[in-house]
Amino acid sequence: MEQGTIRLKTGLAEMLKGGVIMDVTTPDQAKIAEQAGACAVMALERVPADIRAAGGVARMADPTIVKKIMEVVSIPVMAKARIGHFVEARILEALGVDYIDESEVLTPADDRYHIDKRNFTVPFVCGCRNLGEALRRIAEGAAMIRTKGEPGTGNVVEAVRHCRQVMDEIRMLCALPDAEVPNFAKECGAPLEVAMRVRKEGRLPVVNFAAGGIATPADAALMMHLGCDGVFVGSGIFKSGDPAKRAKAIVQAVTNYNDYAMLAEISKDLGEPMVGIEISSIPDAERMQERGW
Amino acid sequence: MARTLVGVLALQGAFREHAAAVARLGAEAREVRQLKDMSGIDAMIIPGGESTTIGKLLVEWGMLDPLRERIEKGMPVYGSCAGLILLCREIENSNQPRLGVLDATVRRNAFGRQVDSFETDLEMPELGLPPFPAVFIRAPVLTGVGSRVRVLANVKGQAVAVRQDNVLATSFHPELTPDVRLHRYFLEMCRK
Repeated sequence: MEQGTIRLKTGLAEMLKGGVIMDVTTPDQAKIAEQAGACAVMALERVPADIRAAGGVARMADPTIVKKIMEVVSIPVMAKARIGHFVEARILEALGVDYIDESEVLTPADDRYHIDKRNFTVPFVCGCRNLGEALRRIAEGAAMIRTKGEPGTGNVVEAVRHCRQVMDEIRMLCALPDAEVPNFAKECGAPLEVAMRVRKEGRLPVVNFAAGGIATPADAALMMHLGCDGVFVGSGIFKSGDPAKRAKAIVQAVTNYNDYAMLAEISKDLGEPMVGIEISSIPDAERMQERGW
Repeated sequence: MARTLVGVLALQGAFREHAAAVARLGAEAREVRQLKDMSGIDAMIIPGGESTTIGKLLVEWGMLDPLRERIEKGMPVYGSCAGLILLCREIENSNQPRLGVLDATVRRNAFGRQVDSFETDLEMPELGLPPFPAVFIRAPVLTGVGSRVRVLANVKGQAVAVRQDNVLATSFHPELTPDVRLHRYFLEMCRK
């Protein structure tokens, strides 16, 4: 019997495909998310929009919050650790969370290195803006990838940009003559070995979700069309007027992203969406997507 | 003879891997997202995923009762992990939607959380040797089975693969390994 294998880690992500992972901060919110059809929840102390508003240093959630959320739902529970903070990650692993998000939403704890995720039993998901970043995280042991987007903005433009960037670079990598691959990998900062796997399979070797700014069923469907396997919704649900209804609508939109008549039906009467932020109005230093190396 | 058309329930979860496995064996796979996709299929696979999510979507799209009727009339069905849960008549501590066609009681997340997930070589006489590489991810087990249910494999004395006439269910994920023996076994069920 083997545990903590890469197949088990990537396998759980495979089971999450076509689903919606929702940020929750209380057991009540976790129940609402589960009842709406979330395939997993992300247990947090504050959603990204509030982290952005509060400023200061954002850290791993209090274990009590994570534990309480784990107790009330039967679906997988994820939690965030700071970039490079392997002790926070070990604590979350000891708590028994099902997935760790080494996340730029929290303040990075290491300005050079991400967590070496290979030695953990618990699987990790990490954010990326481009192929090089995705493949560096996979080389470090990430079993699932997501776009970074710009968290807490309710503005999908950055998630779209990051998703298209990854897809473009995969297409390029697959089309290159053999002789040009090592230099391509060098230029985009991708470990050659993982790049060769992508080239062989024509896709990332792990599941790829959309995250960072998704606020509506149409946003979620858009990301599915661009080739994502599922979506994370952070602030978009519990910062909206009617979270239960919006959560359910986003779940339905991810399954039926191809059926526009159905999307029209799903998108009706959802109440106020979260207030969005125009990306250019965010000072460079406050852009969470710039965190990570 | 026409190729067997296997529907793969594609509401959420690892449906692509199942579709790829049946396609490798020469059958045709169709992703089923709505009721209309069910017409003309010879068999159905319910994949691993989140059973509560898939169950809710089956209800919301009006697919739960029609699918149950097809199975009751004899359409072969195979459920892995979440699919097994959805097939069971009884789900411990849960009132979540289900098909309920398999006379069995299931315990969700029976081995624990993700850190307790495991791979093992499973003795499964129906599939012959070598043992089957079984991947258990937050897997359920059957804690009770009816008299018509035949147990095909056990882990620690608990049933993890069963068959009841046209219903096949496993708590592990053959779609995550290159071994296609279990899918071949299901396709043989579809021919009979």
